Amino acid sequence: MSAASGASAPRNRLAVAGARSTTEAMLRNQPRGDVIRNAIFAGLLLLAVCIALAGLLALLIQAFAKGSSALTLDLITNPPSTAFPDKAGYRPAIIGSLQLIAGVMLFVVPVGIGAAIYLEEYADGSRWWNRLIEINIQNLAAVPSIIYGILGLAFIVRGPMDLGFILAAGSLTLALLVLPMVIIASREALRAVPDSIRQGSLALGATQWQTIRTQVLPASVPGIATGVILAVSRAIGETAPLLLVGATVFVTFDPTPFGSDGYSAMPVQIFNYALRPQEEFQALAAAGIIVMLVVLLAMNSFAIWLRNRYEQRW
Amino acid sequence: MLQSESKRYGERAIKWLLASCAVLSVLTTTAIVFSLIGPTIGFFEVVPADDFFFGVDWTPQFEPPSFGVLSIVAGTLNVALWGMLFAIPIGLGSAVYLSEYASPRVRRTIKPALEVLAGIPTVAIGFFAVSFILPEIIVPLWPGELLGGAEGKPFLALAAGLGIGLMVVPIIASISEDAMSAVPRGLHEGAYALGATKAKVAVRVIFPAALSGIVASIVLAISRAVGETMIVVLAAGSTPKFTLNPVESIQAMTSYIATTATGDISTGTVDYKSVFAVGTVLFVMTLVMNVVSIRLVRRYREVYE
Repeated sequence: MSAASGASAPRNRLAVAGARSTTEAMLRNQPRGDVIRNAIFAGLLLLAVCIALAGLLALLIQAFAKGSSALTLDLITNPPSTAFPDKAGYRPAIIGSLQLIAGVMLFVVPVGIGAAIYLEEYADGSRWWNRLIEINIQNLAAVPSIIYGILGLAFIVRGPMDLGFILAAGSLTLALLVLPMVIIASREALRAVPDSIRQGSLALGATQWQTIRTQVLPASVPGIATGVILAVSRAIGETAPLLLVGATVFVTFDPTPFGSDGYSAMPVQIFNYALRPQEEFQALAAAGIIVMLVVLLAMNSFAIWLRNRYEQRW
Repeated sequence: MLQSESKRYGERAIKWLLASCAVLSVLTTTAIVFSLIGPTIGFFEVVPADDFFFGVDWTPQFEPPSFGVLSIVAGTLNVALWGMLFAIPIGLGSAVYLSEYASPRVRRTIKPALEVLAGIPTVAIGFFAVSFILPEIIVPLWPGELLGGAEGKPFLALAAGLGIGLMVVPIIASISEDAMSAVPRGLHEGAYALGATKAKVAVRVIFPAALSGIVASIVLAISRAVGETMIVVLAAGSTPKFTLNPVESIQAMTSYIATTATGDISTGTVDYKSVFAVGTVLFVMTLVMNVVSIRLVRRYREVYE
């Protein structure tokens, strides 16, 4: 074969050219049906994406169209009112939400990061109890929020903890709700730190905790912070569990963490306005949604920026 | 000098402290189960299990009350069914588009937009469903008197269903896209080498290869749809009906819980206990779906990663 190839080089070139043209002809002559079907398929996919994005866009536009008339400073500074809807606002709800979120962070940051460190750095994954914890966290992340409301009602407000219908009870309920999110995100951040960092530190004589405190944790702060921000933004928008643990819808005074006269939260107040059919209250609900969406979008963009800015490539 | 079991008590104390944080999550689950079980048992002492599980009338406020849970289970399934009919094609279409068709630049704009959609509070989606989807989309487009007509009704299962569909589209799209992206390049290239068109590669190669992830995303989305509260409370109404008709006002399990267990309900009443019985049904339903979905996700991760 190799002996012949030198002599018959032109013939080989001819054969290659022939094969190429045959192949190209076959490819070009795809059945017309296939070409059309391909185009229709691509069109349908694009349509699906467009419908999803149109839904998002319509939601935002509708909130602005309905709520822009109520977007005044009164919205933030005034308490709710049924008698004067044009002067009504969200003041106690905003203060309530801020306190709820402060409580959530106070609980979720140490406990969530602590659990993540244990599972990533200490736990032996082959032990059944560690696997149980892991599966359990994955399941908890998908338990409906209203079930956390039931837990809050039967366990925190009444029952064993018996805190009563106070803001702190609502805060703890929300904290338990977003805890799995924080743990999962923090674990991913810790996992992204390469083992060589740990081994280097241990080789220099640092203990395991010193290694974690001075090497692993600082390197994973951006990832953990992103997870915490996303979890907190979920907690801000969560309504259903709060309805069960006493976020009463009509609070006209500024709530306190342990006051027993009731408290309110932003989404709960929006829900209450949304239930009233009058035009003014619908506008108030829409305006509240705008305020909440602006806050959430700002938080989420900050989280994404943080992730991109400080993410380490190892 | 290496010591295996050092006497550093601080180190060990820290380990136990961290472990107790992790154990707290197990305690949460235990607390959920315990909060549900006690009152649920109390409920079945008053209401026979037969009447609860096989009854189709849910009228707790009547005298005598009737607790046929099938009525509100049907309400939940009604909303979830119409929601999924919307979300599955839209979510899967988006996933295939993002993983197979979109240029990197388009991907970089669409993915964050879907993330924004995933982050919108459900109370906002519920408001959107009842004040826009219902009057501006369903009523004008619904074909006349079909199934009783949509005109003039303030609440519709379909409105809540479409709201929930919009809510779960990002879940289906992102998990399915992950699964499709995990399919090895070699499978694509092998199929193209055999002369398959782009659509054929997507439908006959990528789709089956990523099937466990796709099914997982759908199961998780159904679980979310079943557990969603605010959209249902705002858009689907509160009249329990044993029907899958989309143009009816219905009551879902979650909206029964949310509207009954508000601050002023007194402990010990049958109404109070019924909330926990319904909660148990909801918890078990979603738990089964979540476990299935987690297992499926693990399977595709094992096969391709």
